[in-house]
Amino acid sequence: MVAALTKDRYMTNKIYATLREAVADIPDGATVMIGGFGHAADKPQNLIRALRDHGARNLTIISNSAGGAGRLGIGALGGAPIIDEEILVENRQVRKAICSVPASLVMSKPGAFEKQYLAREVELEYVPQGTLAERIRAGGAGLGGFFSPTGVGTLVEKGKEKRLIDGREMLFESALKADFALIKAYQSDTMGNLVYRGIMRSFNAVMATAAKVTIVEVEQIVEAGKIDPEIVVTPGIFVDRIVETRGQG
Amino acid sequence: MKDRLDKQTIALRVAKEFPDGAIVNLGGGIPTLAANFVPEGRTVIFHAENGALGFGGVPGSKDEEKSYYLGANGLPFSLLPGASFFHHADSFAMIRGGHIDITVLGALQVSEKGDLANWTFPERGIGNIGGAMDLASGCGRLFVAMEHATPKGQLKILKECSYPLTASRCVNLIFTDIAVLRVAPEGLVLQEIAPAWTVEEVQALTEPRLNVAADLKEIEL
Repeated sequence: MVAALTKDRYMTNKIYATLREAVADIPDGATVMIGGFGHAADKPQNLIRALRDHGARNLTIISNSAGGAGRLGIGALGGAPIIDEEILVENRQVRKAICSVPASLVMSKPGAFEKQYLAREVELEYVPQGTLAERIRAGGAGLGGFFSPTGVGTLVEKGKEKRLIDGREMLFESALKADFALIKAYQSDTMGNLVYRGIMRSFNAVMATAAKVTIVEVEQIVEAGKIDPEIVVTPGIFVDRIVETRGQG
Repeated sequence: MKDRLDKQTIALRVAKEFPDGAIVNLGGGIPTLAANFVPEGRTVIFHAENGALGFGGVPGSKDEEKSYYLGANGLPFSLLPGASFFHHADSFAMIRGGHIDITVLGALQVSEKGDLANWTFPERGIGNIGGAMDLASGCGRLFVAMEHATPKGQLKILKECSYPLTASRCVNLIFTDIAVLRVAPEGLVLQEIAPAWTVEEVQALTEPRLNVAADLKEIEL
């Protein structure tokens, strides 16, 4: 876990020519947030593939799922099969997942993470989806955590401080931060101001705020000034590296 | 063997319970089907936890609708006037903050106190919490839509859930293939019953003792 999000250096040029260069310094043992919900349009598929090719190991991934939705055709309804966290798991790069959906959605077709987990080869921290999003928001906002009613009386309350607030039991949930966030957006300007499309914001817009280095893949980069400031969803202050995936296979 | 309601018909009955103007989140499985049965003359605003509000119906043929407009269930949707998109933290602020009026979820087990177990069972060794714990602990009213017992005849409506809980004391109404049950302080109340079924037959598939509503009626379709 990184202690603070303070940047190593000031960025004058955020644009990276290739996916490979954008992920080249992710070290073994890094904590990596991976954006999206699980659909083709919202996963940073190209950055995930680049991280697989880069090969960093012993990763802790923070993501909605440990992968595999695309293989099952859930997201494939929206187009091509999805490249997701599963390729990192299959390649034995993941040590631990912090996620809400670690298992296959179809029990008869178990995923790579689930098999490795049941064989005690990987670690898992179960986090309810909304708690996951809020822990990341807290991390990005410089908070230590928050109290939530979600999970009281369930497996996720184990080891957590419990407090009665407004007559309701609540659990303390700590903030989450990462060394790197791999996210997807629709368009970026050269300053890193991002806009999304449809359901693409999901975990992407939240994770953008919570990593020491946020790397975004976009369908298109435009000049600063071409995106109306009124519609920017992720201000460029949160974005460190931008890769345009159009034309990169 | 008596006829039971099929999944579509359970979903149809659930949808009759959506008031005009309600904001509704539908879980996977039978609940998803309820979107197709909103009664004539009512407008229901659907919420998808992956970040969309105000969608509906049959998707158009445009590519953007197929890839950028997808619900949490993976099904494409079309946007209705007044729709909006948002990120996950805001989406679950809507859920946890009590801004969603009704959530409909599937279940593996429900207790007579309204406890819900729907994310895993011990033999599996792993499971998917997804958004279910947040939905179950945060929404205004929680409906369960499921088959009354498993295909092998195992009871699902129990005195106490034996599977890991999703949330405790959260379920308001249970819609099954043979009955509609209300969770009340005194226990479960049998409100409606499938055509040709008797109270005794429903009770035989239900572990806790059922209180029979004074105005018990056949499931209205």
